[in-house]
Amino acid sequence: MSEAKKPPQEEPKKNGLQIFQEELLDSATGRTHAQPSGLRRGLQSLAIPALALFTGLVLGGLIIVLTSTEFYTAWGKSPLLGLKEGWIIVANAYSALFTGAFGSPARIVVALQSGNVENIRKAFYPFFETLVAATPYIFGGLAVALGFRAGLFNIGAEGQIFIGAIFAAYAGYSIKGVPGILHVPIAFIAGAIGGGLWGFIPGWLKAKTGGHEVINTMMMNYIAFRLSDWLLTGPMKRPGTANPVSPTIEESAKLYRFFGDPIRLHGGFIIALGVAWLVYWFLFKTKWGFDLRAVGSNPRAARYAGMMVSLTIILAMVLSGGLAGMAGANEVLGVNYNLAMAFSSGYGWDSIALALLGKSHPAGVVLSALLFGALRNGATNMQLKTNIPIDIISVLQAFILVFVAAPAVIRTIYRLKAPKYSEEGLFVSSWGGK
Amino acid sequence: MTTTALRRELEFVSPTRQRVMGILFLLAGVVIWYFFSRNMDPDVVTKFGMTPGGAKATIPNLVLPTQMTLNILTALCILLGLAQLLLPGGFKKRTNLVLGIVAGLFIFAFLTWAAAGKSLNLGGLLNTTLSKAVPLTLGAMSGILCERAGVVNIAIEGMMLMGAMVGALVGSIADNLWIGLFAAVFSGALLGLVHGVLSIKYKTNQIISGTAINIFATGMTSYISAKFMQANQDLNNPGIFKPIEIPILSNIPFLGPILFDNNMFVYAMFIFLFVLQFGLFYTRWGLRHRAVGEHPRAADTLGINVFRTRYIAVLLGGMMAGFAGGYFTLGSVGRFDEMMTAGRGFIALAAMIFGNWMPFGAFGAGLLFGFADSLASKMAILQIHIPSQFLLMAPYIATMVVLAGVVGRGQMPAADGEPYEKEG
Repeated sequence: MSEAKKPPQEEPKKNGLQIFQEELLDSATGRTHAQPSGLRRGLQSLAIPALALFTGLVLGGLIIVLTSTEFYTAWGKSPLLGLKEGWIIVANAYSALFTGAFGSPARIVVALQSGNVENIRKAFYPFFETLVAATPYIFGGLAVALGFRAGLFNIGAEGQIFIGAIFAAYAGYSIKGVPGILHVPIAFIAGAIGGGLWGFIPGWLKAKTGGHEVINTMMMNYIAFRLSDWLLTGPMKRPGTANPVSPTIEESAKLYRFFGDPIRLHGGFIIALGVAWLVYWFLFKTKWGFDLRAVGSNPRAARYAGMMVSLTIILAMVLSGGLAGMAGANEVLGVNYNLAMAFSSGYGWDSIALALLGKSHPAGVVLSALLFGALRNGATNMQLKTNIPIDIISVLQAFILVFVAAPAVIRTIYRLKAPKYSEEGLFVSSWGGK
Repeated sequence: MTTTALRRELEFVSPTRQRVMGILFLLAGVVIWYFFSRNMDPDVVTKFGMTPGGAKATIPNLVLPTQMTLNILTALCILLGLAQLLLPGGFKKRTNLVLGIVAGLFIFAFLTWAAAGKSLNLGGLLNTTLSKAVPLTLGAMSGILCERAGVVNIAIEGMMLMGAMVGALVGSIADNLWIGLFAAVFSGALLGLVHGVLSIKYKTNQIISGTAINIFATGMTSYISAKFMQANQDLNNPGIFKPIEIPILSNIPFLGPILFDNNMFVYAMFIFLFVLQFGLFYTRWGLRHRAVGEHPRAADTLGINVFRTRYIAVLLGGMMAGFAGGYFTLGSVGRFDEMMTAGRGFIALAAMIFGNWMPFGAFGAGLLFGFADSLASKMAILQIHIPSQFLLMAPYIATMVVLAGVVGRGQMPAADGEPYEKEG
């Protein structure tokens, strides 16, 4: 028996039912069940995501170095020089990533000192762009996280985002002469309804026929792409252009921008934070949310306890789709002001990674979304400054996803002990919808 | 449950289903008549070109009187529908076969209608269908290899993409297609190994593991492509495998040029298809492989090494997907473009489900999906006012319908997606 092989099996695993029962007991008696409480537990639950992020960055850096010609030239002279060059390459790349995501501190200070509003805006621009980039991630991450809580794996966020965007764009340009105070909510809710509809179908199929939501949401993704392809080259195409792009939405449907140009921070960010709080409240403070989590941890026990499992599954998928739809609406109403073919570049897939990174908790999702937004936004600057293709970000995200999903890998690397309280019963993993 | 009882259960067709099918067949007939045949001018003819490409081994073009053909097809569908409804038990266990026939008749009717007064090169259509079916079938076989042993593989897309990129890159550097292909297969195997370690050893959720591999492959291939291959076109010019004409068989009229004048990938696909079907269902290896996917604990009790079987499964599956990826760069385009698989890995997954986790079923589904794809590109030429996007949606909708059990529920491996934990 080797050391490395043992840890995953060392602890007696608790299944969903046991976790659920304990949670029930805890909430009834108000005690915390044999866990390290407060700060220590908080730090412990942060350890894996933080180490996952760190390890991801290290591996990403390794890839950057190993694909740089400068490194090999220096290595040819002497290995020490090579290491130094490698360090410089990584430092340059990540500092470009950082300043791209948050702005350069030096520039901010200079701008503040000059007192020129224009310059100050420009200096703070990267930071606000990160918030803009994080907003759809918050919605998308919440969508996936809510699904996870109900034991559902919604990998169709991408499609739901598209449908949400279609609905929002249509409501945005076809309704005319409505004041903004009405138009924005209408268009935003239209997006949510579109996404909800796209989530309802796989949810209903899961509840009624047992067809697995992973396959169905995946198929719905591609149906959504084809549908939007058709709409944008046909009925929704902007008159007078050859490109597949919808008409620009009405002025009244645009989400409010808080600052002048070039800062694009818009009302969607505030809505996203509000929605995150709502999801938290729904999941942890309402009966519906409790039912949803109960179905997620053990559908059989939930059914036994008299919960309407089918209805809960449908509800969860509708809400999940609706949240994803909001991401689409947010992009159309807050950033692009129209719908073009390639507007969502992988938000749905990244959302899976960040929902896991955030441990399917709304607060965690918001933090991870900010991180992913920073990565995405900073990478543009990194590509510009250091010629490292932006795609390295996807590689980073894949590493983070792996390490968060397989904490045992991280524990093996850093020789951590397995936690006493396992949350691994959170979602169902089998294809068959059992 | 004994085998015979199980078989009886599987072959049992419920009365509701019998009726639904009968009505569906009738409906197909009515649709052909109402939408295609009713308003057709009796003098219009449909011309089907029978030249699959190249001038040899052709047969004369097929010229059909449109309305009469459509009426005959209507009659056939309605006859089948009535038989299904009125015969005791309908077509029983052959219902799915008849469903396939009706679908075929319907597609033929659609083509006849679409090409009314024009000419449609059926040979060319079938030729592109086959070439589009190749990566789908290979990808689906990758899925079958993994899932029959109980490991869900949604990373086919990522593995194919990686195979495509590595194949093009290594093939260009080595200036040798076979070395490129070998590297493509190897890269697929590596990703398969990662999937295996994550989902077998660390018992990660297999869908998450697959998603991670997809994201990784997307990022990595685009990264390498942007960093090296776009700037330096010599690194992205592997060439393609040339078609090999099989001496006598390629002279068979019509079918010869379609089936026996292809490049290596097509023949390899057929070989893999037969090997896998035979291997899975007629050999000891296949029985063990499937046992691990159906009931790992029982298999373990009988002394089958579940973990090793699953590792071999994901490795073979990864290799197959890498091979499928090689098709894109080395067998079809001759160049790597970012995101060039464009979701075909997911269609392959759909084909696997549609084909009921069987190699030949997956091939059938691959042909069907490939046909929809190649027909979609013909729609514009035929000037039909049905957006081709709807045709492209068909595979996904069909898969969802199959999954919902409307046309008979698929028999997915029972332990698919469940990590195995050895006791004690």
